[in-house]
Amino acid sequence: MSDHQEPVLVCKDLCISYYTRAGEIPAVVDFSLTVLPGETIGIVGESGCGKSTVAMAIMQYMGANGGIKSGSITFKDRDLNQMSEDELRHIRGSEIAMIYQEPFASLNPSLKISTQLMEVPLAHENISREEARQRSVQMLADVKLPDPERLMNAYPHQLSGGQQQRVVIAMGLLSNPSLLLLDEPTTALDVTVEAGIVKLVADISKKFGTSQIYISHNLGLILETCDRVFVMYSGEVVEEGTIDSLFTWPRHPYTHGLFACIPLPTADKNAAPLKPIRGQLPLPFERPQGCYYHPRCDHFKPGLCDVDHFKMEHVEKSAADHRVRCLRYKEIDQRLEVADGEVKEVLELGKQVLEVDHMKKYYEVRDSSLRALISGKRIRYVKANEELNFTAREGETVAIVGESGCGKSTFAKVLMGLETGTDGAVRHLGNDLSEIAVRDRSPEQIGSLQMVFQNPFDTLNPSHSIGGQVSRVIKKFGVETDKQKIFDRVMKLLDTVKLPRDFYFRKPRQLSGGQKQRVGIARAFAGNPSMVIADEPVSALDVSVAAAVTELLMDIQRKHRTTLLFISHDLSVVRYLSDRIVVMYLGHILERGTTEQIFAPPYQPYTEALLSAVPIADPEVTKREIVLEGNLPSAMNPPKGCPFCTRCHRRIGDICDNEPPPDQVVADRHVIKCHIPLEELKKVEPVIHVPDETERLHAQQSR
Amino acid sequence: MNTSTAITKMPTAGYGAALWRGLKSIGLLRESWVGMVGAFLVLFWVLVAIFAPLLAPFDPNSSIQPFAKPMMAAAKGGTFWLGTDHIGRDILSRIIWGSRTVLIYAPLATLCAYTVGILMGLAAGYRGGWVDDVLSRIADIILSFPVLVLYIIIIATIGASGLNIIIAITFASSPGIMRIVRGLVLDLRNRDYVAAAQTRGESDWKVMLVEILPNARGPLIVDACLRLGYVIITIGVLGFLGLGLPPPDPDWGGMVNETRQMAMAFPHMTLFPCIAISSLILGFNLLADGLREISLRD
Repeated sequence: MSDHQEPVLVCKDLCISYYTRAGEIPAVVDFSLTVLPGETIGIVGESGCGKSTVAMAIMQYMGANGGIKSGSITFKDRDLNQMSEDELRHIRGSEIAMIYQEPFASLNPSLKISTQLMEVPLAHENISREEARQRSVQMLADVKLPDPERLMNAYPHQLSGGQQQRVVIAMGLLSNPSLLLLDEPTTALDVTVEAGIVKLVADISKKFGTSQIYISHNLGLILETCDRVFVMYSGEVVEEGTIDSLFTWPRHPYTHGLFACIPLPTADKNAAPLKPIRGQLPLPFERPQGCYYHPRCDHFKPGLCDVDHFKMEHVEKSAADHRVRCLRYKEIDQRLEVADGEVKEVLELGKQVLEVDHMKKYYEVRDSSLRALISGKRIRYVKANEELNFTAREGETVAIVGESGCGKSTFAKVLMGLETGTDGAVRHLGNDLSEIAVRDRSPEQIGSLQMVFQNPFDTLNPSHSIGGQVSRVIKKFGVETDKQKIFDRVMKLLDTVKLPRDFYFRKPRQLSGGQKQRVGIARAFAGNPSMVIADEPVSALDVSVAAAVTELLMDIQRKHRTTLLFISHDLSVVRYLSDRIVVMYLGHILERGTTEQIFAPPYQPYTEALLSAVPIADPEVTKREIVLEGNLPSAMNPPKGCPFCTRCHRRIGDICDNEPPPDQVVADRHVIKCHIPLEELKKVEPVIHVPDETERLHAQQSR
Repeated sequence: MNTSTAITKMPTAGYGAALWRGLKSIGLLRESWVGMVGAFLVLFWVLVAIFAPLLAPFDPNSSIQPFAKPMMAAAKGGTFWLGTDHIGRDILSRIIWGSRTVLIYAPLATLCAYTVGILMGLAAGYRGGWVDDVLSRIADIILSFPVLVLYIIIIATIGASGLNIIIAITFASSPGIMRIVRGLVLDLRNRDYVAAAQTRGESDWKVMLVEILPNARGPLIVDACLRLGYVIITIGVLGFLGLGLPPPDPDWGGMVNETRQMAMAFPHMTLFPCIAISSLILGFNLLADGLREISLRD
């Protein structure tokens, strides 16, 4: 990009505050940003760091209690701060467009797609309806939606989440804006769908020359879409630079901390444990003196870091636009620290704890329509789980991976006794549990099989104190009966999950998301379980918090030799913490094996696509790109043959459509369900390529 | 935080602390002046009811001097501040004693209606299926009757008495409460903490009453305040229709009924009981508004 291009957007020394009953809250301080035409800027940071506030300020849409305190926002030489509401309305949606996190909340459910799309050019330009319609259809094709003419007449609920988000992006692009703001556009979507959207976003600037600001908490996505990155912490930018310079050599301790929190496909839980950032993000009105990060920083130097607030400075001997807000960045050599990572011992596996044997779960759906009455097909089945087979041993971590709707939560429900299985057996410690509902199980059986839930804001009852909720579990399972002993045990559990003891008296609303999830873990381990099911326990948490909670879970597991069944859609976390992986799709297990076996060829084609979709925050790692077309078929009406045949990129012919694929045994406990012969699958190249030492050196020299 | 490690003893004064927190949350009402006015009106009538024997200047049921105008001095000393009715009973004293009737029967009836409505709503929302179908149809049938007709039928069948008023009100308003509770439960039963309780084998009633009900309390408290107002109207209307408490006990609705033919000539006989009724209802409605305002603000 040449230097003499006129910037699209310039933010200079921006300070944004919210005014509440508690007083002024400085949400963003001292924020400067320049966006050149066609450039994609990434803003990354944890929740509460002010990244969305910046986007809202650029749109001049701060709500009743927000305001820009100082600084300027210049869009194409016009000062947005000085514009009237009327002028702003012309700019919003036509020259600056914004795309939000949840596509289903951005589309009006009662209007057709055509109405909503055509509204954009009709409102901003003086054109005919026919022309607006043509432009809309063209744009739907441009965002790679199949059959745009049909989509124009659809309502939003008839589209899948990924299609909806494409429509929203099309809507944003319709007026040919100079700047597109994307606020976590893929967070609500499945990984394979996300991969498609990310590819689309990356192509937009090439195709339309649109500048973009991409806000995300996921460093891997930023790497795949952006040219330059801004890392924000507690309302200020702590580091900025090009993707290349910042990802290969992060200078700020916080940026470095963020990287240490993300499980990379090269990492392993025993050899290189995650290093969570200690402490918590300070509240905006409790920010410390000097560097905001100093209470959590390992390189804190009293008398230097906690005195004055300081400005960004250029990183010496680096690209011109790599800047950092740290006084000690020159003295800190991050690379030295990677070497002395602690090593944790590998857990010996014990006896078999869980055996899932041809387990099936069908839901009955009664159709009372006239047509069903006539045809006689009144009861139809949703085949949530079809022939599940796998085992887990003591101390082992088994991950169940799959996208939403693949039946992984249904399986958890059957295991927990909230539903009963239709056929087959689920043997836990030798007893078949699949047909025993939870109320018919003995307290020991219930206590030895517990669950950690996904949503931290939902896992604890807001009406009861933490202590009360944990004691209830202990009482219920009959671990202790004496009041004082129960209390002592709760205290011990709070210590185990590293929470202060006075949390006993707190209500859930006084806790942060990560703390709530820790209580959830304490609750699950209260009955000394032999097996714990964790249903996406960290997916709703920020990276640094998620790392801490993941590590905690691993530590407790090591200590208690618990079998952990980890349900997730995030393959990088799974790769990091699990010993074995079960890949599910539409109620079927398509592949199962050890983590190494799953991540290396031979792959089931769906596993291959899943691996390709994982965003990896390491510029040295390369992956083969496989973008899946189409949507997940309905579980009511699954394909007759292979469940994956409708989206498979390695389809070999009619056999895939018509015959269920056989289980091919690759090695002991490694099974692939596919029609393609094993020999051919073995020839497939690895999806993720991690350079070894010589290649890495070579790459550095050539740079 | 630094005292956290020192905690090794069991908490003792749990209930006292809970009570104190409850009082403090009522203190939040200060932030809503509408709520304050409501609370003041309600508190006023509660105090009047409590101290009725001290406040009432005359015996409410003895006939002293018929057709006395307000502020008229009584022959045997004292003043009829609000006048007397056609039989010669002091209106102020009857209003004061009448507040006891209203403030005993209205909350009792509301409480009964809520108990039944909550239990039905919990069962319907949590169990679903045929339980929901049966309970919802019963509720639909009851709600399809005009309320007044329902009251007249019930009271006419089982007779007019304090207990029967409670039964009638419970019967007529619990379906409405059930619907509210059912809606709240349908949302709350899918929360993870409910699943957590189920997976540790808690009984259905325990899940409903301990895990779900406390989290539905916000909307229910507001609705209870509003409904208390309606129940007061209902008791007034029943009194007016002659279906209220049997005479001679003072009853605001009954007072209006007994004197309405003379309302043109002696407006004070009907006006003051009416003001009493409306001020109490207004009090409850404003209190409900205030509570809603506070609950939304948090």
